[in-house]
Amino acid sequence: MIHKYRLNGYNIIMDVNSGAVHVTDDVTFDMVGDDGGVSMPDMEEQRRKYAGKYTEAQMDEAAGEIAQLVQSGALFSEDYYAGFAAKAISSPIKSMCLHIAHDCNLVCDYCFAAKGDFGHGRCLMSARIGKKAIDFLIEKSANRRNLEVDFFGGEPLMNFGVVKEIVEYARSLEKEHNKNFRFTITTNGVLLNDDIIDYINGQMSNIVLSIDGRPEINDRFRKTAGGRGSYDLIIDKYKKLVSKRVGDYYVRGTFTRENLDFSEDVLHLWSCGFDQISVEPVVTSPELDYSLREEDIPAICEEYEKLAKIIIEMKQKGERINFFHFNIDLDGGPCIIKRLKGCGCGNEYVAVTPEGDIYPCHQFVGMEEWKMGSLEDGSFDNDKKQLFAANHVLSKEKCSDCWAKFYCSGGCSANNVQYMGDIRKPHEISCALEKKRVECAVMIKAALS
Amino acid sequence: MKHIKTLNTASLKKSAEKGGCGECQASCQSACKTSCTVANQTCEK
Repeated sequence: MIHKYRLNGYNIIMDVNSGAVHVTDDVTFDMVGDDGGVSMPDMEEQRRKYAGKYTEAQMDEAAGEIAQLVQSGALFSEDYYAGFAAKAISSPIKSMCLHIAHDCNLVCDYCFAAKGDFGHGRCLMSARIGKKAIDFLIEKSANRRNLEVDFFGGEPLMNFGVVKEIVEYARSLEKEHNKNFRFTITTNGVLLNDDIIDYINGQMSNIVLSIDGRPEINDRFRKTAGGRGSYDLIIDKYKKLVSKRVGDYYVRGTFTRENLDFSEDVLHLWSCGFDQISVEPVVTSPELDYSLREEDIPAICEEYEKLAKIIIEMKQKGERINFFHFNIDLDGGPCIIKRLKGCGCGNEYVAVTPEGDIYPCHQFVGMEEWKMGSLEDGSFDNDKKQLFAANHVLSKEKCSDCWAKFYCSGGCSANNVQYMGDIRKPHEISCALEKKRVECAVMIKAALS
Repeated sequence: MKHIKTLNTASLKKSAEKGGCGECQASCQSACKTSCTVANQTCEK
């Protein structure tokens, strides 16, 4: 199957099964046939169709080059992957989200964690539960060496002593068990100070710093309990942290229906000195005024295009900027096995609450029907794990014929449940936005190639 | 080629041969937290 589109003056043809991406002139773009085509069109028919538009010589050359790519397996390539379903088996758990604090010092209106407590009352994780979680992860990870642990909340800095205890405990076990822990932390920044900055810069392989962008946009949703906006509380702390940081980080914002001009927020964050930026669509109840709706899709897509063009101009001037959702490595990205399996939610990845309850991921926490087990009583539902293992992209009816299936890999199970009520039914707005982001990301590659 | 510029190698099928080691990032957790995009992750090999 191919996907072809025009964007920002580029004619792009993506060959879905091989992963090859081609930039073409107009005659080739037309001669290759329709978007979604699965085999080379009848070239005689194409010649007749475009006889008045192109010369015979142009069409001859284009047809010849198309045929060469088909021959080399880079266009209309075969779907080799149908047999994968049988291999979609349960994998070792190698990644974990620790809900260090179901409590928060901000009350952000759009919070999917219900202002920090996930609807289950305020609670901090004990070091005992945290260490049990590390033991669980080591045991379940089998022969996987790289283990990811994210400190999340609520706000994890409200329980930072336990974060440090857990890090020290896990580090003490690395050698004995041949494991490499990669810690990450997601924070709203309010409690950051010099000591904490130095500690997390030293121990965390990635740091996610929550901020929505322009001061008035951030402060619209991200407020203290007293109603004060948080921008002024955090911005200088983030600048200090990033100025001292060697490893990865993201300043990470949320956009809603109220700031569909979110490229301005990306640019604001960049102007503050941040070059690793993620600004993402809100995940919230569709009934709320600020939720994203189907009618917003054209405006959001236009904004992604605008941002892509700005990023191209910046990069051509030698500026450093990395927008998370435009990251794409056309040569060295994930292998096809990973692309077929998709997000490890509930299979390779779980979330643990302060009480020691286990959920498929951080966004499932609080949905009792999705609880997978408990560290306290040692229970673990392997049937649920298998359900997620089998939830690969080819198992989803709407995904199996989609051109973007090896880029989004079936999307987010939590979003699918929240909006569609089924982990196998992709959320349509998320699909539309993901496709546009992939198109923009590939176009950026074309522009900078 | 005169009419077509190919940006990358057609490598997905080949990636199956030595792929599936399972050492790469398992979820969106360490970056965005709400919208997993597998293709923007990196391979460990």
